[in-house]
Amino acid sequence: MSIDLKTIKHISKLARISVDEQRAEKLAGDLNSIFEFIEKLNELKTDNVEPLTSIAETTIKLRSDEVKSKNIREQIIKNSPQDNEDYFVVPKVIE
Amino acid sequence: MSKEDSEYLINRKDNQYEVVIGLEVHAQVLSESKLFSTSATKYGAEPNTQVSLVDAAFPGMLPVINEFCVKQAIRTGIGLNAKINKRSVFDRKNYFYADLPQGYQISQFKDPIVGEGKVILDMPNGQKEVGIERLHLEQDAGKSIHDLDPQNTFVDLNRSGVALMEIVSKPDLRSPDEVNAYIKKLRSIMRYLGTCDGNMQEGSLRADVNVSVRPKGSKEFGTRCEIKNVNSIKFMQMAIEYEANRQVDLIEEGKTIDQETRLFDTKKNETRSMRSKEDAHDYRYFPDPDLLPLEVSEKFIEELKNDIPELPDDKKKRFIEEFKLSPYEANILVSDIDTAKYFEEVVAKMGKNKDIKLAVNWITGELFAVLNSKALEISQSPVSAKNFAILINLIKNGTISGKIAKTVFELMIDGDKDPQKIVEEKGLKQQSDPKALEALIDKIINDNREKAIEYKQGKEKLFGFFVGQAMKASGGKANPQLINEILKKKL
Amino acid sequence: MSDITKQSLTELIENIKNKKLSSTDVTKAFIDRSEKSEELNAYITNDFTSALDKAKKFDQKPNLNLKLPGIPMAVKDLFCTKDIKTTAGSKILNNFVPTYESTVTENIWNEGAILLGKLNCDEFAMGSSNETSFFGNVQSPIDKNLVPGGSSGGSASAVAGQLTPVTIGTDTGGSIRQPASFTGIVGLKPTYGSCSRYGIVAFASSLDQAGPMAQNVKDCALLHEVISSYDSKDSTSIDFKRNNYSKELTNNIKGKKIGIPKEYRVDGMPKEIEDLWQKGIQYVKDCGAETIDISLPNTSYALPTYYIVAPAEASSNLARYDGVKYGFRAKGENLIDMYEKTRSEGFGAEVQRRIMIGTYVLSSGYYDAYYLKAQKVRKLIKNDFDEAYKKVDAILTPSTPSSAFKIGEKTNDPVSMYLNDIFTVPVNLAGLPGISIPAGHDSKGYPLGLQIIGKAFDEQNILNIAYAMEEKINFKNKITDWWIK
Repeated sequence: MSIDLKTIKHISKLARISVDEQRAEKLAGDLNSIFEFIEKLNELKTDNVEPLTSIAETTIKLRSDEVKSKNIREQIIKNSPQDNEDYFVVPKVIE
Repeated sequence: MSKEDSEYLINRKDNQYEVVIGLEVHAQVLSESKLFSTSATKYGAEPNTQVSLVDAAFPGMLPVINEFCVKQAIRTGIGLNAKINKRSVFDRKNYFYADLPQGYQISQFKDPIVGEGKVILDMPNGQKEVGIERLHLEQDAGKSIHDLDPQNTFVDLNRSGVALMEIVSKPDLRSPDEVNAYIKKLRSIMRYLGTCDGNMQEGSLRADVNVSVRPKGSKEFGTRCEIKNVNSIKFMQMAIEYEANRQVDLIEEGKTIDQETRLFDTKKNETRSMRSKEDAHDYRYFPDPDLLPLEVSEKFIEELKNDIPELPDDKKKRFIEEFKLSPYEANILVSDIDTAKYFEEVVAKMGKNKDIKLAVNWITGELFAVLNSKALEISQSPVSAKNFAILINLIKNGTISGKIAKTVFELMIDGDKDPQKIVEEKGLKQQSDPKALEALIDKIINDNREKAIEYKQGKEKLFGFFVGQAMKASGGKANPQLINEILKKKL
Repeated sequence: MSDITKQSLTELIENIKNKKLSSTDVTKAFIDRSEKSEELNAYITNDFTSALDKAKKFDQKPNLNLKLPGIPMAVKDLFCTKDIKTTAGSKILNNFVPTYESTVTENIWNEGAILLGKLNCDEFAMGSSNETSFFGNVQSPIDKNLVPGGSSGGSASAVAGQLTPVTIGTDTGGSIRQPASFTGIVGLKPTYGSCSRYGIVAFASSLDQAGPMAQNVKDCALLHEVISSYDSKDSTSIDFKRNNYSKELTNNIKGKKIGIPKEYRVDGMPKEIEDLWQKGIQYVKDCGAETIDISLPNTSYALPTYYIVAPAEASSNLARYDGVKYGFRAKGENLIDMYEKTRSEGFGAEVQRRIMIGTYVLSSGYYDAYYLKAQKVRKLIKNDFDEAYKKVDAILTPSTPSSAFKIGEKTNDPVSMYLNDIFTVPVNLAGLPGISIPAGHDSKGYPLGLQIIGKAFDEQNILNIAYAMEEKINFKNKITDWWIK
């Protein structure tokens, strides 16, 4: 198993992290050594094992349908890098 | 009409193509607060005023599920005759977008809350069953506004986190008409249940449409294209027409169809490719570790089942049996819950000696016409069911004629007036006193002696003339049946 | 009173209750020492001015019924604190000021404690040496240029260096226990679901737990008692009966069965660690407990499992840092360009590495081979513990496979860095409580820790065992104040 530069580029696209050539190569090296270590799991037969989806041994609690959160627009927008008091503002989306 | 005649096929030279359609309907759950947060869901609020720290995905914020939304999804599942899954799992669907604050949508991927079900469509040539693949709960995204600023996109998160039910049909639909009927049926069922208001203008109901084509008679499916986020039935139908023809053209030209996501351009009336393949999405679904699997007990489901109101199919059946309506009439009355409510209230208010056929004719005739011309829903009807029932009874017991009733109805519209009072105040009561009518007819025969003779000599057409004269002389109030009887006797 | 900062939490509370000390005295003392300790780089943000104000206010009308009356405390900068900058050690949250408070810190302030400031940590708690923080690495009070461990490195340094009487950290794979072990203090990772995750910057949701770090077991028990609570705002919070851990603390562990897992005897483990472990076994025996050899057969698969599960969850948890709602934003031509630059410039190398691993293991075609596989192995690891707990009440292991290392020693070798957590990670995967207590020193004089792993919700039991052992071990941390001029 080897992670090549093309794969790194693909993952970085999915993760929305721009990666230049140099970093891509470094990442490929790092990831390969990490996955080499991860591959150890292949020693184990797990065909009949139920995957563990939640470690908390409890059932989900359901909340009642009440509106408790008020209008906190000011708070919500306060930390944003760009806004116009009403909206969050982001650079144009190109489809 | 035979089944063959009604088939929707696309013809090219010697080839005929069948269209295969599956729908993913997104229905906004009717609830006060959002699926995983306690913000309000009201439509039309000022931007970003119904946004909590959870909805805007602030660091350390966690989802807590709304019980009512779970119940609404299960109720809808019951309405779709579907299997309710006692254990379901929320997954994260990961992608980046300006109006997706978490960077993922909480949805259900592998284990949805509702499994397979079905709905029955009433098509002109009979009933058609459409399979439901699944129904799952998920969060809505916010709204990106691209046209308020030339350089920037504005983001409103009011809708972010509102509960949606995604209802996925099997690829059982074969024409734009069936799609129309299917959407309307889903909408009807959900409105009966009160689980979704079905308001397409406000975006409470939208659909992704999967379209493929195949040679008539073929059993295999063609490559499908998904048309994203179409928000009216008309556009869905137009999009399907365009897309099916586009695919047939490609096949006819010997080209292949790419499986892709397309967008329907309502201005140009065409679909176009949304994203290049290179940027194909990989949503990296995995179970949301902030939530535990959703488990509901048999008892929980049973209680919801016991609380399900009469749904359109059952109501229709009952209307046919109880009120002796035709399936056609019953359909019209049940398809919208408010129409059914109105009708049932009229029936109740009419009392013992009621004429249901007459009521149905008046609802589907006069009332619908008025609502149409005023662009009103039946729930906003200017004439209440109570007064409407009185009017029908006035016709039924002979107090007024059908013709006068129309005049009375016109007068009722303005301020929901009591028809009884209108009849009294305007003196519109039908003249049914045989003596008075006899005197009136005697005078008419006297005044038109020559015509009376002609009639007796065999010119039977003239009978109508005398009826007309009598009605005219009575100011339209004479009981037409009595006039007929007296005329026959006297002439 | 120059020795205020040397006092334990328990002593400070007693002195405040007896009016021998005021909250102002105590707060001032810790602020003074913190100000002299800049070289440790333990703080990212201090709130000293308002801490003093709060202390004075407390002293005017002291409520001595509270569990932490007027006690100043710095906390890991992963806990959101209302109106105080919260960075998670990252550039991407460099300017983020929450308008809300985490449940855990809320619990602390509700018991009368006063916030001193926010402590340095590995970026988004991803690291084992506190070298991944955007705000620079943290020095260990044990020795210059020694790592304090991570990710709660600032917290460990601050407690060991007496900059705060106690603190809270978070532990996803060992981030409380490993730095506690490296700096000679006590650190508890509670059962998953014991402490609310509400308001804690998430790393890996199914593993993250907040927990106390203290000079001794009793202080640790008291702080745990304060922070552990059921919280309806966290769906994974568990509603179970919580003890008054400090009140119910006892050194009587007679008859307790302690498991010694053979799989923790790993290749290349220094003899010092093995000796320490043996010493620990002797201590619990001396306390009247019985040790039993047990097997946790899947132990060696824990770390590879962890390095799938944690990055997978992190890759998704960190998707919200996109430059839209808060935090750092880089300039971009369009939305996607902005995202890619923001996240490339805003996240450090280790965080990017883990996001990439996580994205990869979840991506189409690899999910089953990695993520699903890891979830299955996680189940096997949990089963190992379930099986063991049929025979024993708790498990004793070393906390780490080595003592603290030098700054920069392992930064270029991620795998060797990850191996630090080999003994702590299985506990997170199984959702169990684990406590690290200082148990001795290596030849260089660096502290070494032992870990006691308990059954789920059985914090009281492992605290008791730790308490009993602590008495026998009589550990003295060698703090030379090397950083104070």
